[in-house]
Order: sequence, then structure tokens, then C-alpha cells
Amino acid sequence: MASSLHIKGIRKAFGKGDKAVEVLKRIDIDVEPGEFLILVGPSGCGKSTLLNIIAGLEEPTEGELHIAGKNVIGMPPAKRDIAMVFQSYALYPTMTVADNIGFALEMRKVPKADRDKRIQEVAGMLQIQHLLDRRPAQLSGGQRQRVAMGRALARDPQLFLFDEPLSNLDAKLRVEMRAEIKRLHHLSGITTVYVTHDQIEAMTLGSRIAVMKDGILQQIDTPDEIYRRPANTYVAGFIGSPTMNFIPGQVERSGDSGKFVFEGGSLDLPCPDVQQVTLGQRPEHIHLSDDAPWRGQVVLVEPTGADTYVVVKTAVGLMTVRAPANTRIQVGDTAGMTVSGRHNNWFDQASGVRLKEMDGHHAA
Amino acid sequence: MTAKPFSFGRIVVYGVLLVAALFFLAPMYVMLVTSFKDAAEIRSGNLLSLPQSLNPDAWHLAWNSACTGVDCRGLQPYFWNSVFMAVPAVLISTAWGAVNGYVLSMWKFRGSEVLFGFLLFGVFMPFQVVLLPMSQVLGYLGLSSSIAGLVLVHCLAGMAGTTLFFRNYYTAVPRELVNAARIDGAGFWRIFWRIVLPMSTPIMMVTLIWQFTNIWNDFLFGVAFSGADSKPITVGLNNMANTTSSVKNYNVDMAAAIIAGLPTMLVYVLAGQYFLKGLTAGAVKG
Repeated sequence: MASSLHIKGIRKAFGKGDKAVEVLKRIDIDVEPGEFLILVGPSGCGKSTLLNIIAGLEEPTEGELHIAGKNVIGMPPAKRDIAMVFQSYALYPTMTVADNIGFALEMRKVPKADRDKRIQEVAGMLQIQHLLDRRPAQLSGGQRQRVAMGRALARDPQLFLFDEPLSNLDAKLRVEMRAEIKRLHHLSGITTVYVTHDQIEAMTLGSRIAVMKDGILQQIDTPDEIYRRPANTYVAGFIGSPTMNFIPGQVERSGDSGKFVFEGGSLDLPCPDVQQVTLGQRPEHIHLSDDAPWRGQVVLVEPTGADTYVVVKTAVGLMTVRAPANTRIQVGDTAGMTVSGRHNNWFDQASGVRLKEMDGHHAA
Repeated sequence: MTAKPFSFGRIVVYGVLLVAALFFLAPMYVMLVTSFKDAAEIRSGNLLSLPQSLNPDAWHLAWNSACTGVDCRGLQPYFWNSVFMAVPAVLISTAWGAVNGYVLSMWKFRGSEVLFGFLLFGVFMPFQVVLLPMSQVLGYLGLSSSIAGLVLVHCLAGMAGTTLFFRNYYTAVPRELVNAARIDGAGFWRIFWRIVLPMSTPIMMVTLIWQFTNIWNDFLFGVAFSGADSKPITVGLNNMANTTSSVKNYNVDMAAAIIAGLPTMLVYVLAGQYFLKGLTAGAVKG
């Protein structure tokens, strides 16, 4: 029953001739039925434009779009059988909550009795039965969010589209609603495309994540793959918090083994066959070690409760290290660092592209 | 800041406000008391003195039988002419402006900004400029010297202003609202009726009051385009007051002037609260 979504060579440009600005440069994405796809990227990367094109609110300059196998280019939004949750919720201010939820059904000429039944069902799912007679202005932010989701759930659409739905909520509510969205997706099984700039939302919600930048799809994969094997330095830096550490350096080959040398230190690791490389290491894969030769000065200590993040200033830049909570270290101390060697991300220094041939080559 | 109940500043503020209120109310007061005096009392008494009795004769005269030239039917026919002119013209021009504003703010098309720019010309254009071409157009349409012709003229003249009001109000309405409705399956008119129009009460009131005041008080179009049977009350009042007879009936003139002004005052009293709200309403928070 869930529907697939195929995005083929979608291009979008504004303006004409020399002044044309290309906001989407040939995007190809296939979304399987029932999938929860995240579009993530910084503002201006084109993710919202892509969502609007899927919704039919904007037309692409070029490309194809299939929902449940049907080509929908040129089809008005109403005919695409989709439901969308907006950042501002976009609840109809003069209608009650019940009318808001039932509006799409009314437009599709569902009889009143069936409509009321469906409104009750949806309200039950979202625990907003007691709000049905209120108007949006009388609701709190979290309640509005629920109503907006109720409006989308009321129909049984082919696709759910979310446009940064949680960005107007405070931190605690955001975590709550995130869990709620995940629960509702499991419950309904409806194929979902979800736009966010928050990489934590991306990691926790998505069955797959599409990372975008400057109108180009950088990588599309499962959260785990994107975290463990980012396709380039951009994705590596964007996903994960605190962000990945990058160490630019050279590979020095001596026979079969290699050595990674950089300003202020060197590491004995299985090295790629490229000279100028960047090594990426997540904070949890660098360890503090008193007698390690690679040293730097501690400039920041951030206890988060479970862990303590230690920021060390080295010749190649600031390194963030995840240390146990009970680590006794202070700003100004000198710290030595080693890497575990089992999670090396090698990138070509010039292009930033991941050196895939090194995947699976880890230190013993 | 916690001001003392009778600080110097406060006394000055209230004093200035009081003087301003008296200044604006004084003519109204003089008109009202004069309309209830008889001719002898007007000649003998003080302009500001209260009438000795509430004598409604002047009001009867003004409404029913005051003469304009040889026509002695009072203001009544002109009053109804104005009603039949103003009511449709106000409703049509407001509705027209609402639809225009809706299109220009939410369904922008290539050139819609340019079109809006041209419409703004209409707001600032002195209407004397269009008198001659307009009378020709009315002639072509066979609407010369008719109330229907006046309705048309007022709709055209007011459309630019009403469009500006609605367009600026709707610009503050989030685009996402229209997008949500499009996805829900509503079309152009359905979105207008069910979502946009119900949000428009404040600006609707502002526009209705604005248009009613303008059209009811209009003299220029009334004098230029009306015929013998379609003169609006402003023209009727002017002609009546200028009809020379042996004695000037100040009481009748005053009663007539109040009758002519009463509908606009009534509209302000009934819808004035919305007028203020509409003028100050900025963004529509959902």
C-alpha cells in the first residue's frame, strides 16, 4: 500500500540566460515504499525547493518525478495525493481544529459522517480530542504541531512531506515530537520525505539520509553508513556532533607499509596510495594518552554528563576528543593523543572525496 | 515610570486634548442647536445658546419640503439617490479590491508587480483628469446621468485604493497557508472564500468605512455625472442651501447638513472599532 517516489534528473533554475541561478543540479533519488527519507543540508542547499517540487508547489526546470509509478510533472498539488506539514504549521486560523483536520476530506467530498469519524480517529492517535473545538490561536506550539500532523494524517496519502516541522519548538518538545513522528510513521507505514537542517533529527528519524549542498546531492545512504563512511569531507563534517576532526597530511611509503605524517605528529596506519590526504577521525575515536608523541594544549573542557569533550589545540588545528566523564584534565594542560586506528576516514586532500579503497583496511 | 495622578505633564496632555475635542465638536454643536431654533430665535439669540424648545419644524422642512429652485420635495429624493448609489458602489468596489489584492499578493504572475505599480497611480491620480473621458465613456455605455453610471464611476475610482488595502493586508498572510490549502485540494475561489476572506474582517471594515465615506461625501462626480433625477445628497444639499429666497433659513440648512452627514457618522460608530484594529493590524499570527 505504501508508494514509491522516483526523482530523476531534477533540475531547477531561477532567472534566464547568464543571470540564471541553478538551485538544484540534476538530483536523482529513489525512495522505496514505506521509507523515511531525510533531506538534510545547510540553508540554501535546495532541500526545500526539492520538497516543493515533489509537492507540486513549484515546477522543476527539467527532470521527471514519479509517485507510485505515475509521472506527476505538471500535475497540481491536490491531484498528487500527498500531505504536507509546514514549518509554520499553516493552520487555517479561522477554522476550529476539527475543521482544520477535516478540510482536505471536505475538499475531496467525503460525507460528513465519515469525515467526523476520521477526525475522531486521528485526534485519538495524536491525543488531541479535547482540542477539537478550539481555534489555532488558542493552542500552544506543541499542540499546533500535533494538529498540523493530524491534518496530514486525516487522509491516507501516497506521501508525507515534512518541511522542517520541529524548528519552531523548544528543545524538550522537539525531542518529544521527534519520537511522535517516528511512532506515527511506524503506525501508518506511509512513505515520507522529511526536510531538516538538524543532523540529529536526520540521524534519529531517517531510514535513509540524503545530504545536500549547493543544489548537489552529496551522499544518500542509511544513517549508520553516512556516519561511518561519509562520502566526502563535507558530509563528514556535517553529520555528527561534535563534528569530525580533520588532519591534513602526507603519506610516506616505505615498501609495503606506510606512515601518515602531519604537522606536529605522525601515525602508523594502513595508508592509501595517494600522497596528499586528509584523515578524518570522530571525537570518540581519538583518545587522550599521557605518553603519546602527538601533543597539544587543552583549550576547552566540556562535560556533558555522560562524557567530557576535550578540545586540544594542535599544529593542524583544534581536535575534539571524547573522554570519559571522570577525566581529570584542565584548560592549559598539555595532552597527548592517539587514534584507535579502526575507524579511519581517508579523503583526497584536494577534492575532499573519500578514498573508498581504504574502507575495511584498519589497524590490527 | 509611575506618574503621579496630577503631574504637570498630565495636566498639559489632558488640557491639549480637551481643547482639540472642543475645537472639533464646536461646529457640530452650533449646527445641532441652530437646527432646533426658529427663525426669530436665530436672529435674536446667541450662536452658542441652547434653543428654548426642541422645535423639529426645520428637520421636517429639510427632509420633506424644502425647495431647490421650484422643486419642493426636501432632501429626501437626494438622500435615497445617495443610498442607491453608495451601497452598491461600496460593496462592489470592496469586493473587487479584495479579489485584486488576493491575486496580487498570493497568486503572483509575471508582471503582477508592474500591474500593482500602475494601480498605485490610480490612488494618487487627481480625478479632475478623468472627468471628460469618463463622461464620454458613460455616454458610450448609455449610462449618462444615471445612478448606475455613478456607481460605475465610483467603483472605478475606488478600486485602486481598495486593492492597495487588501493587497498590503494579504501580503502579511503566510504563503504556506495557501500552499497548505492547495495541497488539501482547494482551488483559487475555494481558498479565497474559506480561508482568506474569513481572515479579512479588520481590513474589510476599514475598506467599507473608507469607501462609504468617500462615495457618500463625493461632490465632484455627483455634480459632473448626475442628471436631474440622480443627484446625490451632497449636490442636493448644495443646491438647496444656494436657492435664494427672501430669508436665509439657517435652521433648515443646518438640519439638512446634519442629515447629509448622519450616515457616515453612523458607519463610524458601528464599525469604528474595527477601523482602528484594521489600521494597526500587522502580521496575522496563526
